[in-house]
Amino acid sequence: MKYILKKILTLIIALLVISIIVFIAFSVLPADAAISKLGTDATPERIEALREQLGLNRPVLERYFWWLANAVRGNFGESFQYTGVSVTSLIASRLGNSALLSLISFVMVVVFSIPIGIFSAKRKSFLGRGAMTTVTQITMGIPSFFLGVLLTYLFSLVLHWFYIGRYTPPSENFLAACGYLVFPAIAIALPKIAMTVKFLATSIRSELHKDYVRTAYAKGNTRNGVFYGHVLKNSLVPVITFMGIIVAEIVAGSIIVEKVFSVPGIGTLLITAITNRDYPVVEAVVLLIAFFIIAINFVVDMIYQAVDPRVKL
Amino acid sequence: MKKIRIILCSLIALVTVGVLVACGGGDNPSGQGSGTSTDGKASNSVVVGISQELDSLDPHNAAYAGTREVLFNMFEGLVKATPTGDIEPAVASEYTVAEDAMSITFKLRDGIVFCDGTPVTVEDVKYSIDRYAGIQGEGSAFSDYKDTEIVDDKTVIINLVNPNTEFIFELTCAILPEANDANVNSNPIGTGPFKYDSYTPGDKLVVVKNENYWKPGQPYLDKVTFKVVADTDMAVMQLNSGTLDIYQYLTADQAMTVGNNFNILEGNVNYVQGMFLNNARAPFDNIKVRQAIYYAVDRDLINDMVFGGKSHVIGTNMIPGASKYYNADTEKTYTHDVEKAKQLLAEAGYPDGFTFTITVPNNYAPHESTAQIIVESLAEVGITAKINLVEFNTWHAEAYVDRNYDATITAVDGRLAPFTWFIKNVSTGNKNFTNYNNPKFDELYNKAISSIDPDEKVEYYKQLQQILADDAASIYVQDPSNLVAVNNQLEGYVFYPVSAQDMSVVKYK
Repeated sequence: MKYILKKILTLIIALLVISIIVFIAFSVLPADAAISKLGTDATPERIEALREQLGLNRPVLERYFWWLANAVRGNFGESFQYTGVSVTSLIASRLGNSALLSLISFVMVVVFSIPIGIFSAKRKSFLGRGAMTTVTQITMGIPSFFLGVLLTYLFSLVLHWFYIGRYTPPSENFLAACGYLVFPAIAIALPKIAMTVKFLATSIRSELHKDYVRTAYAKGNTRNGVFYGHVLKNSLVPVITFMGIIVAEIVAGSIIVEKVFSVPGIGTLLITAITNRDYPVVEAVVLLIAFFIIAINFVVDMIYQAVDPRVKL
Repeated sequence: MKKIRIILCSLIALVTVGVLVACGGGDNPSGQGSGTSTDGKASNSVVVGISQELDSLDPHNAAYAGTREVLFNMFEGLVKATPTGDIEPAVASEYTVAEDAMSITFKLRDGIVFCDGTPVTVEDVKYSIDRYAGIQGEGSAFSDYKDTEIVDDKTVIINLVNPNTEFIFELTCAILPEANDANVNSNPIGTGPFKYDSYTPGDKLVVVKNENYWKPGQPYLDKVTFKVVADTDMAVMQLNSGTLDIYQYLTADQAMTVGNNFNILEGNVNYVQGMFLNNARAPFDNIKVRQAIYYAVDRDLINDMVFGGKSHVIGTNMIPGASKYYNADTEKTYTHDVEKAKQLLAEAGYPDGFTFTITVPNNYAPHESTAQIIVESLAEVGITAKINLVEFNTWHAEAYVDRNYDATITAVDGRLAPFTWFIKNVSTGNKNFTNYNNPKFDELYNKAISSIDPDEKVEYYKQLQQILADDAASIYVQDPSNLVAVNNQLEGYVFYPVSAQDMSVVKYK
């Protein structure tokens, strides 16, 4: 109970600090939403009028508290850029796309990295191990956006497996959405798979040298029995924490990959909102991402406790 | 314990199969082939890529040129722009400008209706023009507007406070139904060839055929999707993959990489692109320095290197597309002459050159290439220029609004009315971001605006252009070429000298 209270308190403090940082960043940045929205043709009177309307000419502190008072009541206001569109609906229309992309990426990481990690840990020869290390190191080193460009070129322009840019949201056609998102998901997942493989393999190898393994063999267990019954279980415990980090990285990594594959998700929304100085949208998106990442940490802690009875929170 | 291994292996297999099935299960017609979509023709629809996201669906509030380009298809004014840079009656069927240029009388088109089928009334016209005037406010082109007088249920008179023969061009502003006042953004209604269907902010706008459109037979297409693709390299990929049917503003290099199932059409972007100089800041307050730079810059080289020689090299703040008013002589006011540049620099007191910064906004890749070539050219005469590449909105606030820069590469635009090209050089104007100041120019500008004799007006505007050239107010380089990739199954695409991508005349062959 105390633990949960502590977590909730941390969450609130973290979100507050983040919201303040975003506000400060926007008051330091040159240009504001009024300038951005009205274009080069606007008269100074029009820019001033829009500033008045959006409340941009009030002091930063006043604006922040006004925003905060509304935000705690769940009202994130209207977008500056898209007149008459509420921030909540703007995010809602895109959240599904980003969530599906992150989910597919995560499933890929789990499904591919665990078997490959086991396979990699079992390589004993110098050559086998060297080969695995080389492959994982190279894959880890490729940035997701670059991988994205390569994948687009190969699968869209050469093989024509998908039309870059022609994305159907899952609400319209779920299978088509998945079919499209598989490609950005590969771009996001591949480096993460490599990381997890390396992490798992190391974890298994260190487990293999522990005393209980010798005892297990002494009791007459088979090689596979020892491996899957004892070693693997124990090696997966640290991997759970690592997966938490990976989920956070997938969410962060999808921001740029969405742009590469022009998926209308939270990431593309965030990028355009920053360009347009649309801070109500930026605040809401950043807080959403922050909330998600803190929540993931919480879930990881819970799972950790469940799989390892020695851990008490 | 083998079970776990079997489960793991089958999971991998399952996901792999799933991936492949999902790919095949997408809306992919053939899995191979040319790349151009064949389903567009079947459904009589077109996907147009646009480089800038829409700032508003409300035509009176839309500020971006890219937005006006799109909304051109949904809204019309009493009159509308034609591809030749003239105007034709639209919501009105005829109009007469009073001899003293103090009023314009319009007669509404018989049977004209909005896309929802309700008739356009004179009250709607008055409401729309008052609304537009209110939004534009003082200091805009609409400041000469007095009121709209309703004569009968077919006739309105627009009254002005000053004689203004160019005001008719402003009446291309959209006519909207008064009844829809609260929903202009969420459900825009106009009289244009297409009507609103759906909009995903920052992603796409879908419009469908307006069955009630007054031009018989038009539009030909049933559906047009305007999809935001800000990055031109991404746009080329989407063209080649078959997602887009039309995309403009390609560079010569990009146009070459577009597949042969596209036609590349050549037009102009209708901007005056160049290096604009802060005339209030030394050494650019010295006319000889400005002229020296003009002689040093090789405009043809910029055109060749950045646009494959397809731009129109200019020498003043006007586009050749406005042929009636354009002064072609200004193109030859300066030639590329390094010796002359050096001599002028010496006369100005800078025999060893000087150092300055060129601020370049990041919204249009050719600006950066242009800056690089200019830097090289200026080095030949001993001037050291440094490039400062900044994010567009930062440029907008600091360089354009606050006028805090030495020199900047940008492109300025205008509209149908010729004065719009020169208002940025009026010394007292709030858009004079180059701080240009020439009383002779100001005087002539006022004469040009108030002149009601058409020939005299043309003459004044030509003189204004010559003054800008002689003063080397800025280094006007070119009206850049606009290369448009159009799916070769389509025909009818036309260029306008204003921001417009007219989809009503585009059709499948």
